[in-house]
Amino acid sequence: MVTRSPAVNRPRSIGRSVPKKDAAAKVTGAALYVDDLSPEGLLHGATVRSEIPAGRITRIEFDSAFDWSQVTIVDHRDIPGNNCIALIEYDQPALVENEIRHADEPILLLAHPDREKLQQALRAVKVHCEPLEAVLTMERSIACARLVHATDNVQKRFLIQRGDLEAGFARAHKIVEREYRVGHQEHLYIENNGVIARMEADGSLVVEGSLQCPYYVHKALMHLMGLPAEKVRVVQTVTGGGFGGKEEYPSMISAHAALLARKSGRPVKLIYDRMEDIAATTKRHPAIVRHRSGVTEEGELVAQDIDVIMDGGAYVTLSPVVLSRGILHAGGPYRCPNVRITGRAVATNTPPNGAFRGFGAPQTLFAAELHMDHLAESLGMDPLEIRRRNLYRLGDVTPTGQVLRESVSASECLEKAVKVSGYVKRRKALDAANRKALARPAGKGPRKVRGIGLSLVHHGAGFTGSGEVKLASIASLDLSPEGRPRALAASTEIGQGTVTIFSQMIGDALQVSHDLVEVAQPDTLRVPNSGPTVASRTCMVVGGLLSQAAADMRARLLEFDPRGWSDDRSFRKLALRHLKERGALRIDRQYQPPSGIEWNDDTYTGDAYGVFAWACNVIEVEVDLDTGDARPVEVVTANDVGKAIHPRLAEGQIEGGVSQALGWAILEELRWKDGRVWNQQLTNYIIPTSMDCPPMKVIVVENPYSGGPFGAKGVGELPMDGPAPAVVAAVRHATGQWMDEIPISPERLLEKLARLEEALT
Amino acid sequence: MRAALSRLRVVREPNLAMTARALEESAEGPRPLVPMAGGTDLFVYLNAGALPEQDYLDLWHLDELRGVIDTPGGVRIHALETFANLRRDPLVKRRYPALAEASSWVGARQIQNRATIAGNIANGSPAGDSLPVLLALDARIRLVRFSAPRDVGFDTFYTGYRTSVRHPSELIHSILLPWPLPGTRQYFRKVGTRLAQAISKVVIATTITVQKGRVTRARIALGSVAATVVRVPSAEDALLGEKLTPAAASEAARRLRESIHPIDDIRSTAAHRLRVAGRLVELAVADALR
Repeated sequence: MVTRSPAVNRPRSIGRSVPKKDAAAKVTGAALYVDDLSPEGLLHGATVRSEIPAGRITRIEFDSAFDWSQVTIVDHRDIPGNNCIALIEYDQPALVENEIRHADEPILLLAHPDREKLQQALRAVKVHCEPLEAVLTMERSIACARLVHATDNVQKRFLIQRGDLEAGFARAHKIVEREYRVGHQEHLYIENNGVIARMEADGSLVVEGSLQCPYYVHKALMHLMGLPAEKVRVVQTVTGGGFGGKEEYPSMISAHAALLARKSGRPVKLIYDRMEDIAATTKRHPAIVRHRSGVTEEGELVAQDIDVIMDGGAYVTLSPVVLSRGILHAGGPYRCPNVRITGRAVATNTPPNGAFRGFGAPQTLFAAELHMDHLAESLGMDPLEIRRRNLYRLGDVTPTGQVLRESVSASECLEKAVKVSGYVKRRKALDAANRKALARPAGKGPRKVRGIGLSLVHHGAGFTGSGEVKLASIASLDLSPEGRPRALAASTEIGQGTVTIFSQMIGDALQVSHDLVEVAQPDTLRVPNSGPTVASRTCMVVGGLLSQAAADMRARLLEFDPRGWSDDRSFRKLALRHLKERGALRIDRQYQPPSGIEWNDDTYTGDAYGVFAWACNVIEVEVDLDTGDARPVEVVTANDVGKAIHPRLAEGQIEGGVSQALGWAILEELRWKDGRVWNQQLTNYIIPTSMDCPPMKVIVVENPYSGGPFGAKGVGELPMDGPAPAVVAAVRHATGQWMDEIPISPERLLEKLARLEEALT
Repeated sequence: MRAALSRLRVVREPNLAMTARALEESAEGPRPLVPMAGGTDLFVYLNAGALPEQDYLDLWHLDELRGVIDTPGGVRIHALETFANLRRDPLVKRRYPALAEASSWVGARQIQNRATIAGNIANGSPAGDSLPVLLALDARIRLVRFSAPRDVGFDTFYTGYRTSVRHPSELIHSILLPWPLPGTRQYFRKVGTRLAQAISKVVIATTITVQKGRVTRARIALGSVAATVVRVPSAEDALLGEKLTPAAASEAARRLRESIHPIDDIRSTAAHRLRVAGRLVELAVADALR
């Protein structure tokens, strides 16, 4: 029985931008990344990879002039368990046995005490192959130019249906049909993939490295090494960014390091340099999205027929779930009674595409948003107006039949961004200015035009459908030996602020300062499986579990001593007394779905997500008519995240996500040569620098979600979804040209503009 | 780092004379020394493991190779002048604004602090940002060897893709930029892959001299459109004797598009380069009109 409430005067830290807890160590260089670690007896590992996208290995030749005595060599025969990276399907080998299915696929592993000698050893191996016809594009895959997966090259199919499509089209005043395309994108985290593996004397395996999801790696290593759970330990080291690129790939590099460590009996460090990381690791899925939709004369959306194709690459990896999120967002944030959405992930002889911030949604939302603009144009309606008429409002129903019960902010985000940007006035002003600029002939100086475009997006918070229920995440809170509350979770800090926001949420619930709270290093030996650090779920789901655990701990401590505590010191005193008198205190909380959430995986109907986050982007772009360069000059972005636990971090996520999206829209293009990634360096895979990023006005909208801690819904992916279609809309406004494929490279844009000019003259 | 750094030999001599002698002596041997200035390009190649094992001759400490000097024939820029210096040197800014502008577009600040003008020349990339400016300004390159110096016109310096008349025993000592003629307008524009830390898709430098309303001299130099930086005499001729009009500009652009044969590569396409190069000539002429 609680007789007295402890002091409540402490200012809450939720909603305040407290200092980021990991910042000091990172800016002073004290933080140790995996490549900073050098355990005794360390060997360096390297990977021999395929140079062709498809073929069979005929012979592996080791240069006899090279001294191989100090080299550990591993091939598929050295795998004690199953030769696969266990994920959704078990189709991807850790090492090629015979058939090469994509360029830069791992074939052999080498380890040597000396990094330079290792490089020489790499050059002294020659893999002879008999090439097979490579299927490098989605079109070739669908045409079954050669079968690279199952009987039809399709890795996964989905169908969502609602209403009566034919009846919908029958009601339509205009029907618009178009195809949209988006390309690969490289994550370009600052720190490349890297791990260290070692075998302990008792036969257990320890892997530490730069990764997002310790338990994914744990599962993959158990299968590969034939080890029971307790004999595999995975520890996250300080990690320099992920963006999804360290969701599934670390299982592969960890597998390789583990095999080398097992064979050599020494710790093995495997670190990719930038070229290897770009060439071999996952990318955002390219997609082709076709829309056929109908609108009434008043602009009411009455039918949407959407087909989504994603390039899964050579193995299934996470493509089914990426595709799932893609099709679940494919209609855009608009109500439509008659919908059919089909989706296919198809196999190609390219490195598997994988998780990347937004996870399929940016691809389909790009198409959905551009298509709304095309629909508006077919009616002679402003893009803003058609959105106002169709956007989701409370009580609307999504294509899966989900009723939007709470926290629906499409309208609020749209109106805020439109107001702050002065979209309506600016659009008119630019129209006039552009007419003048376009009237100016070439040869009389620089010609630049400007346009302004907007987009509206939603993003399902947390795992899709029954994902969270299946995960059944557990997060724990205990008392450290020093009497500090300590979070135990597998959620990783990858720069986004996990450690800080966990501390804030626990601190507030316990009424101590966030500084007092410890967050344990994610280590599968010590922390429960709170699920992967993905899907914008860290704050909403795991943060929620920890908040509940903290409330429980508070009750338990007050039960122990009803006098409670008034500050950090008295909390620690009480906690230490508890540890001494009653022993350890640990609270485990397991995920429970909010009531009323139902999802059917077979029919793809029901509540796809507990809630959606919302965003509107208004972007002004300047196009240089002489060079075809499109440069964003101002961004206004309104994002409903439910609750910003740490406003500065939330804004940082938004600014970073928008920048990444601008890169995808304008600059970033993966180039291929003979089936291999051609631009593997920072000098030729072009991401925006600070010079290329425009000023941004970030508006944080807080429309709370009852199922999230303090109302939070997640922010990590949302900002990636909307900027690309807004940029294309702005370019259309500026130049009259529709760029239905991104990136809008200057090459493509100038080509279109020049053809137009040539046609006019 | 894919290159074996521990196997790199870097030779460092106390002064220019001894450095030149070391270079000349090594040139006859099996492993000629490779002069190294700021090392900004070299490092990228070493990291990619794209260079043969070779020995380097460090120049960075040789202050004799620094300085921007006013001479009767023009300005002499010594080899190790960095782009950070050139973008803010008052003399360069006043007399050769195109070079100051080009210097400000090299890489980014960090690169500009190390990268040198002689390094840009010796590296010989057709995308070198400062090189079209040197062509347009009729630069002369002073090469030195231990035995004797010689001067070479920059327009005859390159013999092919990353090859030049510089003998392995010679160092680039300095660059002489003749005084610009009265009535000369300089223009520089880099069209790169982004606004900083970028390599050019097309880069142009022009000098156009107008006397009594007519063009008396024109230099149109481009980078990233051929195996070396190039001047385009046919386009220059189109302007000679003409008034600066959009018609003259478009004729120069037309001739330019006929004369150059850029290629598709990792950064852009031939078609785009051709189109942009033509536009840049028109912009250069429009700029000279102002």
